[in-house]
Amino acid sequence: MDTFAALAHGMAVAVQPMNLLYALIGVFLGTAVGVLPGIGPALTVALLLPVTYKLDPGGSLIMFAGIYYGGMYGGSTTAILINTPGESASMATALEGNKMAKAGRGGPALATSAIGSFVAGTIATIGLAFLAPWLVDFAVRFGPEDYFALMCVAFVTVSATFGDSPIRGLTSLFIGLTLGLVGIDKLTGQARLAFGVPELLDGVEVTTLAVGLFAVGEALYVASRRHHSEEKLEPVRGSLWMTREDWKRSWKPWLRGTMFGFPIGALPAGGAEIPTFLSYSTEKRLTKHPEEFGKGAIEGVAGPEAANNASAAGTLVPLLTLGLPTSATAAMMLAGFQQYGLNPGPLLFAERPDLVWGLIASLFIANCMLLVLNLPLVGLWVRLLAIPQPWLYAGVLVFATMGTIAAKPSVVELSMLAGFGVLGFLMRRFDFPIAPVVVGLILGPIAESQLRRALAISLGDPMTLLQSPISATLLALALIALLAPFVLKGLGRFKATED
Amino acid sequence: MTSGDPAQPPRRVDRAGIVIAALLAGLAAVLVFDARGLSSTAMYGMGPEAMPVVVASGLALLAIGNFIDALRGNLPARESADPVPVVLILVGLALLIAIIGFGGGFILATSALFVTTSAAFGRRAMLVDSIIALVMSTLIYLAFDRLLTLSLPAGPLERLL
Repeated sequence: MDTFAALAHGMAVAVQPMNLLYALIGVFLGTAVGVLPGIGPALTVALLLPVTYKLDPGGSLIMFAGIYYGGMYGGSTTAILINTPGESASMATALEGNKMAKAGRGGPALATSAIGSFVAGTIATIGLAFLAPWLVDFAVRFGPEDYFALMCVAFVTVSATFGDSPIRGLTSLFIGLTLGLVGIDKLTGQARLAFGVPELLDGVEVTTLAVGLFAVGEALYVASRRHHSEEKLEPVRGSLWMTREDWKRSWKPWLRGTMFGFPIGALPAGGAEIPTFLSYSTEKRLTKHPEEFGKGAIEGVAGPEAANNASAAGTLVPLLTLGLPTSATAAMMLAGFQQYGLNPGPLLFAERPDLVWGLIASLFIANCMLLVLNLPLVGLWVRLLAIPQPWLYAGVLVFATMGTIAAKPSVVELSMLAGFGVLGFLMRRFDFPIAPVVVGLILGPIAESQLRRALAISLGDPMTLLQSPISATLLALALIALLAPFVLKGLGRFKATED
Repeated sequence: MTSGDPAQPPRRVDRAGIVIAALLAGLAAVLVFDARGLSSTAMYGMGPEAMPVVVASGLALLAIGNFIDALRGNLPARESADPVPVVLILVGLALLIAIIGFGGGFILATSALFVTTSAAFGRRAMLVDSIIALVMSTLIYLAFDRLLTLSLPAGPLERLL
């Protein structure tokens, strides 16, 4: 089959000694940064983007694959050992894993999450390799109006459908869309929202926004509420290894978690929260040890961790085949591609198969490296967690600003970084989701140019959006996804009054 | 969900929410104002001014939505925040920008940020932190400027290296 040949070709690219070295560096850096408390995978990728500036695209994407998976592994270590999930997808892991660590079973908790991530990551990457070519065949038939409709689906699902409040999610999205308007309009060359500042003509840099919102915003937020609670690091006591009983209780949750994570991650809807919580509640229902849930049940770590990793690989499906980022991390990966002028999508599969398949093959390699790196070296990562908080956040901020200083050492750019930091702080404080801003900034301009292209082809007739069956279906889906939370909320209120 | 539990006192107007709604409305106005200065050159379809107007309409609607949420007190509960550390970190960022802007170089700029951030998180050993910061940023400078050949801004300290 085609896929096997392509994958074998990708493997040949990925096992070149230089590329193996890049993957190893990526995995190492990804774990090291991801393990720091408060730093999720998205920020890990954002912080490490500048490190890859000077590499060739192939090598840097391979390093990226390692950073991506490494950040995921590191994040779960933090969730288990200090009860601070860097992102909501690790919340379920923190729930049971931290209890296990408190009960002196931190070793098996780390082991089951590492092996579960490996199993889930491997299966999901195989899924990616087989699903991607099929989706690419489908996506080449997309016209500009279909792409526009697809982006609308992504906008709605990322911001409104799965958040706490659709209004706040959409507000975040529209802030992102506004930022996406800044700069020179590509079709007419007119400046929008630049206010005569030359630095703004190029538009808002995705990395500046992401690092400002995630790193600076997080540091400000944690600093503002430092007086509330001290995080406590649980030492890893007892055996690191899983017992026969642990294995018996873990393998089914791993597989079930993968089954939840990959399909949901692969939908252009995004969000690893849904599959992790689905997995958590399923394991809670199926376990033979219901009394342990809430007190440190190993199934409650194994399932959600597998679901989390599988959905991370799943989000690469819409990212690589359609150029559609559905999570903050995927948005940062897309920024990494754009840094080299590469646009993921069906064309990239045709034009640079070596890059795409090399990346997919590297995901397998990164996964294997992580398993080897994580199990014996967990003691080293745990020591990183012991860095005192003042130095940790000071270091994070230095590293965060360094990325901007290296890319564009201008006062305007650094002020924007600080400004986005304040924005990120306020959004955290008032509970606005962050990811839709980044997705809005990246996808907004693309959606606009697709729409304008579609309307130019149709000589200005907006009905073109409804005449293409793909576009009409997708727009209907977007509308349903937009209205569903409001309707469901209304139903909920109805039920509440009935009680 | 956002509905408050019955134990809480009756909902009241959330002032911060009103400010957020006002800011969103203001942003929408800026978008429309800016779009008026654009000339539409597209023969068919939409020109460069269409999208800002669409986004502005969305922002205006969301301003209303946020305003209603604020009136109903629908915002999630907030914990008290300590403004002092936030201001300290912002001072650090301002110092960093000023030092870079006036050509003070990477090492001094990031050291200033490091020391203020560390102080914001409760450290009171400025001297020790300054030494750590200088050593660390010098190492970062050497690693990235010399090994990875990223160009970081050079000031008086960097020229000595």
